[in-house]
Amino acid sequence: MDKQMTAAEVVSQLEDGMTIGIGGWGPRRKPMALVREILRSDLKELTVVSYGGADVGMLCAAGKVKKVVFAFVSLDFIPLEPYFRIARQTGAIEVMEIDEGMMLLGLRAAAWGLPYIPTEVGLGTDIVTKNPAIKVIDSPYDDKEWVAMPALRLDVSLIHVDRADKRGVCQIAGPDHYMDDMYARAAGKTFVSCDELVPTEFFHNPAEARLVHWERSATTGVVHIPGGAHPSSCTPLYGFDVPHFKAYAASAKEENGIQGYLDQFLGASEEDYQKNVGGLDAIRSIELPTY
Amino acid sequence: MTQANDYSLAELCIVAASRAFENDGEVLATGIGVIPRLAASLAMKTTNPDLMMTDSEAWMLSEPNPLGKRADAFVPATESWMGFSRIFDNVWSGKRHAMLGPTQIDRYGQSNTSALGGTYEQPKVMMLGARGFPGNSISHPNSFFVPSHNTRVFMDGECDFVSSIGYNPARLPKGHSLDDVDIRLVITDLCVMDFGGPQHQIRLVSLHPGITVEQVQENTGYPVHVDGDVATTAAPTQEQLDIIAALDPHNQRAAQIKDNPPGDRS
Repeated sequence: MDKQMTAAEVVSQLEDGMTIGIGGWGPRRKPMALVREILRSDLKELTVVSYGGADVGMLCAAGKVKKVVFAFVSLDFIPLEPYFRIARQTGAIEVMEIDEGMMLLGLRAAAWGLPYIPTEVGLGTDIVTKNPAIKVIDSPYDDKEWVAMPALRLDVSLIHVDRADKRGVCQIAGPDHYMDDMYARAAGKTFVSCDELVPTEFFHNPAEARLVHWERSATTGVVHIPGGAHPSSCTPLYGFDVPHFKAYAASAKEENGIQGYLDQFLGASEEDYQKNVGGLDAIRSIELPTY
Repeated sequence: MTQANDYSLAELCIVAASRAFENDGEVLATGIGVIPRLAASLAMKTTNPDLMMTDSEAWMLSEPNPLGKRADAFVPATESWMGFSRIFDNVWSGKRHAMLGPTQIDRYGQSNTSALGGTYEQPKVMMLGARGFPGNSISHPNSFFVPSHNTRVFMDGECDFVSSIGYNPARLPKGHSLDDVDIRLVITDLCVMDFGGPQHQIRLVSLHPGITVEQVQENTGYPVHVDGDVATTAAPTQEQLDIIAALDPHNQRAAQIKDNPPGDRS
């Protein structure tokens, strides 16, 4: 089976109003090239589920988003994502604000075909008072009440990985795969961009196969986009682009800032984009972050 | 050990905050931000070597990493993988103590990291979001570090958004007791507090040298319980200062409290 496709073919399978899960964490290993392809499309009214970074900020700023399901949206070294702030502070988007762990439970429930997973997380906080869609229930086994974290069923997930073969065996070689395995399993279709396309024999080395976090049946399509996580990181291949994120954040202070940012960088294709940010070699030479 | 004469307020806060972890036993100590991270690291190096700690990315360490850029030859003392998904297995087991810096802390010890002012649909100031605060607060002990003790942080009324559960009877979940909530120390640039007053009221534990009870009360938007003579926060020892300096070779601690004041302001 050959699951290779282009970013444009991925986006052609998305529809207005879909719920899209985006893997990665803050400024780390985001499928930004696929996000950029959405920015180039006329898609709208999306619900985005994400441990959010610039993926969420850019989609909000470009008017693609109806609702964000989030626990945070942050660029880490720039703690507050500038365009997500604007979207919230202008009331432009609906939100479901949840705890980081609740998002994991919601994805797990969707992956496992459950309507909800009970948890005590959220009790006593505004998570349960501000989210009418999140119910508090009695337990058949004790006298306590519990939060019934609903399944976060995704129409599509978008994920960036270090390596994949054409059949959708995906390797995340960096230190953390975050919740990407659950994003892959919680979605009807999962599209993965990869920095390197490798032959299946690559995984015959068990040390490489150990870094595969879901089986290929959970991968719908594979897009080979070297540098496709930029400006987020893809440790150990490259770090996140601090000057680029600073310029992005600064653009949010300008009148109609996102248009200026997009005019400067987005281009008509990923090839254009990479030219506009200095080329793949420049991306691959970005220093890894120190935590 | 003799106490040092020359130390910064940041160093005083690190040492005071490290005490939060000294009787914790074998739990994951998570200090978010420079001073909480150094406090947890100092505790692991001195009073509680059983503490566990991550590298703030995806590995557990048997020795805390120094902050900031490290030499190419530096080898972290990793002992296991500890990615974000596994962190929640730890959080929900209760074997963790986090020290964090929320934007608001109300009289109930409820905190806010999410949004200020306006309406929930359109807040005046959007902040981080609830992050892991809801789960942390109901699952394991938590402490707070506040670099600027004022009535905007310790505000009158209830938090604009309640990110973490506190000692508020009106929000107590069915089947729970207020004693299920476990807020430990609140370390600020003025003092150390806890919620050990009557009915879990906030209580003054110690005043930093040169600070008065009146200053603490004036800068807190609700009454602080004061029980008799209040102790003075213990000055760091030279041994503690040396360990802190080794853990923070780029002196990031000097940038954490406005104007990096001395520890003794008397």
